[in-house]
Amino acid sequence: MRQIAFYGKGGIGKSTTSQNTIAGMADRNRIMIVGCDPKADSTRLMLHSKAQTTILHLAAERGAVEDLELEEVLLTGYKNVKCVESGGPEPGVGCAGRGIITAINFLEEEGAYEDLDFVSYDVLGDVVCGGFAMPIREGKAQEIYIVCSGEMMAMYAANNIARGILKYAHSGGVRLGGLICNSRNVDREIDLIETLAARLGTQMIHYVPRDNIVQHAELRRMTVIEYAPDSKQAEEYRTLARKIEDNKNLVIPTPISMDELEDLLVEFGLLNGDEEYEKALAADKAVVAV
Amino acid sequence: MTTVEDRKALVQEVLEAYPDKAKKSRSKHLNVTEEGASDCGVKSNKKSVPGVMTTRGCAYAGAKGVVWGPVKDMIHISHGPVGCGYYSWSGRRNYYIGTTGVDTFGTMQFTSDFQERDIVFGGDKKLDKLIDELEVLFPLSKGTTIESECPVGLIGDDIEAVAKKKAKEYGKPVVPVRCEGFRGVSQSLGHHIANDTVRDWVLPKADEYRQLPEGYEPGPYDVNIIGDYNIGGDAWPSRMLLEAIGLRVICQFSGDGTFNEVVMTPLAKLNLIHCYRSMNYICRFMEEKYGIGWLEYNFFGPTQIAKSLRKIAAQFDETIQAKAEAVIASFQPRMDAIVEKYRSRLEGKQVMMMVGGLRPRHVIPAFEDLGMKVIGTGYEFGHGDDYKRTAEYVDEGTVIYDDVSGFEFEELAKQLKPDLIAAGIKEKYVFQKMALPFRQMHSWDYSGPYHGYEGFEVFARDMDMAVNNPTWGLVNAPWNS
Repeated sequence: MRQIAFYGKGGIGKSTTSQNTIAGMADRNRIMIVGCDPKADSTRLMLHSKAQTTILHLAAERGAVEDLELEEVLLTGYKNVKCVESGGPEPGVGCAGRGIITAINFLEEEGAYEDLDFVSYDVLGDVVCGGFAMPIREGKAQEIYIVCSGEMMAMYAANNIARGILKYAHSGGVRLGGLICNSRNVDREIDLIETLAARLGTQMIHYVPRDNIVQHAELRRMTVIEYAPDSKQAEEYRTLARKIEDNKNLVIPTPISMDELEDLLVEFGLLNGDEEYEKALAADKAVVAV
Repeated sequence: MTTVEDRKALVQEVLEAYPDKAKKSRSKHLNVTEEGASDCGVKSNKKSVPGVMTTRGCAYAGAKGVVWGPVKDMIHISHGPVGCGYYSWSGRRNYYIGTTGVDTFGTMQFTSDFQERDIVFGGDKKLDKLIDELEVLFPLSKGTTIESECPVGLIGDDIEAVAKKKAKEYGKPVVPVRCEGFRGVSQSLGHHIANDTVRDWVLPKADEYRQLPEGYEPGPYDVNIIGDYNIGGDAWPSRMLLEAIGLRVICQFSGDGTFNEVVMTPLAKLNLIHCYRSMNYICRFMEEKYGIGWLEYNFFGPTQIAKSLRKIAAQFDETIQAKAEAVIASFQPRMDAIVEKYRSRLEGKQVMMMVGGLRPRHVIPAFEDLGMKVIGTGYEFGHGDDYKRTAEYVDEGTVIYDDVSGFEFEELAKQLKPDLIAAGIKEKYVFQKMALPFRQMHSWDYSGPYHGYEGFEVFARDMDMAVNNPTWGLVNAPWNS
């Protein structure tokens, strides 16, 4: 069994990318998706539902996680992919990180990890605290795929996630499998992500072009592979799926410093250099002086 | 080992065991007092060295266990997982008068008993419900305080919002105390946080909450006892003494005190503060806000009692001063008899102390009244102002140890060979196994009171019992065998 996880900046398209990729793998593999996001939107395209009942929601209702049965929260979706969502508190209260820890412990104790080829974790946003690092700690996900794009904040997040992986690489054996570029049609995006990947010591495993068909499929709560199996975009996801299945390029990442990252962004014109910064300030001063 | 130099050498020897970094940091917390020094010359209120055994508590302990806990007719909720509440249950022996479970709650323990669910989804709803249940079960309670445990600070629960809502609903005070244990370096910050909640959540509404006793008229002799927690009944002889010299004690905050007494405090003419460390903050605030002066006093042993009574009386008119003299004179024969009885048995015996609050300095004269000598003392969580105040109490050559580690205390005791160690429960059995007589100075070893003239009699008896107990002669100390 291989355990993989998708990380990336919030809103980058992690859930869409991961579900489409899993759909592409599902023909040949027995897979379980573990959604690690309080929004619980990591399985909706597989289950054709708004959001499934989550472990933590049900546990809160019953009193404790010990009062749940696995069948109540582990549903079967498209191509027999098993789907489970950790769930979590509403925004602004409690501790979502602890929720993920609780949920994953529950799954382990209940034997959810048996008879599988792949487990895929879909983790919210940045690795902001220990709870969100749970899927990359000892015995959990061994391969991390970072979904990113050629936008500044997405790259900041990618670098931060690489730092989180590095932290657990030696104790838990987690490795970075590559960057997935989910295109935002930014100039020189492929160059940029390939350069970043090289700096992080990894690869851009696939470039997923932007296509409105993804939105059309989402509207119907389906993956592109299910909604339009013959489309070009479906083929892109199937390619990514195969690349992940065959991926041997698993590395301990070499995250770069903030200065290096900013230099890279300046090089690609996403950020102004010090010179432009000084110029802009001088221009502001000149206006005030007048 | 008698000279300052010898003892300084001993301190150096003890420090030798540490790695360089720890040695450097600990060396600033250990000293030997020199003739005429105005300070003890130690650093204090700093983070303990990782890896050593410290006796310190946490901010929660300071707020719940010390300052708020003894307010007897309020319910104090340990908000978080059950352990903090369980292990702070009734441990400080704050005596009180009342019907427990009906109008007073001192020896009861209330906790929100956090489960996974409360961590993940937040504990505010549970807290809200808990206060509803308390209102049904204990309708005579005069209010609630919420003492946050660590996880509440981590998950960011809005206990202030719950407090405001429930206070409005029941028309009783609900005080949120943000005393998460990880804050600060010791329980000392918890005292400060608790004092601040009195300032921010209680005193601004004091007029609204206050219920004047029937026929109450403000008087010129109204005083508050601040920072006496009534451990083993300490506050009672103190109160009787103050009343005997003609003062009217309108509040005990917080030992055997009520919430109404807390809101009565602004009416007094003078705050008499026993534990400076834990309650100086609110005294300073009341001075600034209401113009109420404050005065520290020491009721340990006849010498200090007389000195303190005169100092307090000097704040008032001649009638009070005359009464103070009369009280001192009337107790003198009884005190002489106690000293007569015990002094021959305790004369020249040496003591090493290590306590919290005010005792590392205030108890020294009580030992001296019995002919004993304190050769080492230190605070668990004292600040610079405590050590400054200590200078006048200690003789040249006294070893001073701030936040002493288990290792340091043991090594110093092995070399200094005191006749008595006066510290806390965490040290007790270590030293007893070393065949050293020991008295707990936090809880009075289940005895007390030690304050006032009555207290001195109990104190003298207890010290004699410990020092002259024949048991210790039957135990072979490691360095004797």
